[in-house]
Amino acid sequence: MTAIAEYRGSRELFANLALRELRSKYRRSVLGWTWSMLNPLSSMIIYTLVFSFFLRVQPKPGNPSGLHEYSLWLLCAMLPWNFYQNCVTGSIAGLLGNANLIKKTYFPRELIPASVIAANLVMHFIEMSILLVVLLAFGDWRALVFLPLTLVFILVVAVFGLGFGLLFSVLNVYFRDIEHFTSILFLIWLYLTPLIYPETELAHRTIGGISLLAIFKLNPFTDFAEIFRDTLYSGRFPGLGDTVYVIAFSAAILALGLYVFNRLEGRLAEEL
Amino acid sequence: MSNNVVVADHVSKKFRLFKERNNSLKAAMMRGRRAISEDFWALKDVSFEVPEGSTFGLIGHNGSGKSTMLKCLAKILRPDGGSCRIDGKVSALLELGAGFHPELSGRENVFLNGAILGLGQKELHRRFDDIVEFAGIGAFIEEPVKNYSSGMYLRLGFSVAINVDPDVLLIDEVLAVGDEEFQRKCNEKIAELKAKNKTIVFVSHAMVQVHNLCDNVAWFEHGNLKELGPARELVSAYTGAVQVDRQEDEDGARWGSGEGRIEQVELLDTAGRELSKLRSGDPATIRIHYRMAEPIEQPVFSLAIQTLDGTNVSGPNTRDSHCVPEKLDGAGHVDLHFDCVRLLPNTYDLTCSLFDFNNLHPYDVRHKFLRFDVERGPIEETNGLVSLGGRWQIGDLVSDA
Repeated sequence: MTAIAEYRGSRELFANLALRELRSKYRRSVLGWTWSMLNPLSSMIIYTLVFSFFLRVQPKPGNPSGLHEYSLWLLCAMLPWNFYQNCVTGSIAGLLGNANLIKKTYFPRELIPASVIAANLVMHFIEMSILLVVLLAFGDWRALVFLPLTLVFILVVAVFGLGFGLLFSVLNVYFRDIEHFTSILFLIWLYLTPLIYPETELAHRTIGGISLLAIFKLNPFTDFAEIFRDTLYSGRFPGLGDTVYVIAFSAAILALGLYVFNRLEGRLAEEL
Repeated sequence: MSNNVVVADHVSKKFRLFKERNNSLKAAMMRGRRAISEDFWALKDVSFEVPEGSTFGLIGHNGSGKSTMLKCLAKILRPDGGSCRIDGKVSALLELGAGFHPELSGRENVFLNGAILGLGQKELHRRFDDIVEFAGIGAFIEEPVKNYSSGMYLRLGFSVAINVDPDVLLIDEVLAVGDEEFQRKCNEKIAELKAKNKTIVFVSHAMVQVHNLCDNVAWFEHGNLKELGPARELVSAYTGAVQVDRQEDEDGARWGSGEGRIEQVELLDTAGRELSKLRSGDPATIRIHYRMAEPIEQPVFSLAIQTLDGTNVSGPNTRDSHCVPEKLDGAGHVDLHFDCVRLLPNTYDLTCSLFDFNNLHPYDVRHKFLRFDVERGPIEETNGLVSLGGRWQIGDLVSDA
């Protein structure tokens, strides 16, 4: 009961922290918010060059949208991935960066990772809106039809990111390795996810008799990638199995993150 | 009937003193544990209660646990034993301007800081002008706070915290910083809150402040609650205990850093002869003999004349009377001349002190240094402590001055 009352009381603080995160992010940079566009754009160009032009990776055309454009296919899954990654690294940096606040004032500490995710969510919405406009320009009107579903899944990614953000940010205060570990983790994770190459590349490969795709499907981001490509690129309903899996996985991670965070937050002021 | 709004119930807090700290996974795994540590109990089984509307002081040496106690109350630290409870809205001033973001403007930071202290946006909008006005930073409010002077930074931080209108205010020595005007404003504001029946808990080393503001005091020593009681008694017991650590003096308490010392205080008549007692209405001189171990800039001598029950009768000092030399060195004396001693017959204690110009740093304080009697003289009044020297007139009948 008291926890709920406390959360309600800190709604305004939550909004303020998220606003601060947004305002201070690109302060004193000449290009400002353009940076949040330039980063995905530059990786899109690099991956398109390497994978589409040199390595000739060919994802199947969108069905039923008929869209056949590697860079758009890439962005549909790459933007949610970047969002997720920013949530986790941002949470880790947020807890360390706000050490002074934590040592000198009291408020529910979960608000720091939560506000980081909220701020990233705002930027993610902007990026996705631009992507949507481009998709529409390419004649993919179905993306607009499935927009409500896309929005729901963006929120699921946010929950997923919050869970990992809570977990890693609080652990990082106790073990500063986590920060370095995550940069490697995300690099490996990126390539273990059919993000920049299509799932079809995995389809006929096996390890010890088990299909590689089946193993890769355990990785929730494989399912996220597929879901966002379904609703944005192909213009169709995502598979029920994928949907249930990512929602359950995200809820479980959030529960774990909250549990660990609550266990360890008591001594944050001493450990920071 | 007062209820207790702040309760510390058998609070204990342990810190780990690390002999070897393994903040990396590799080290933790190699050693099979995260760290080799020794427990240090910063607080041991501390209990107290603060009634609503009262002011409570936490005193003690550095490292005695007072700040830890305050942080436990503010929920920043989680006690390892016992619990703390505070009813109502709490505003904790552990550091002024904590959480200000240097790149953001004063305005943006006020809103963030206010939200941390639990003030709603609507409420903040309503009080925004008050906050800026109290801080006295004017147009700078739109500038990033990194461009602020440290004084502006502190003023803005205090201004936000104080305008939150808390039920309970926790203050950790933040008031000892800032210039004189700021300190005066702070003290005024605290007195105002006190008058509004707010509960205040504060940590201070300034015994004068504790004595003046607090109702009750908790005295901490090595993490233990040594004593709990009325401010007046505990402050004198504490200063008494502190001076035992420093210099002993038979006549009364003495403390101070000792660069300059008050050697002797004498009562003299107009011819410079020493008096054992004063007479009401006679001229007299109080002479303070000092000896400076090193040159002291702008020293301020002050006297406090008190009755035996502790009532302050008068407290003249050289600063209020604009008689502060640039520098004093070596030995010498300072005189305070009276054309007419207006004290009425009684026994008085004279406290004599030597401070720096800002009245913050005591060089030497000799508490109740001299006890003297005043007996009846040319002034024949008997009621009260002093004669104000008025003249009666009834028709043509006029009294003596």
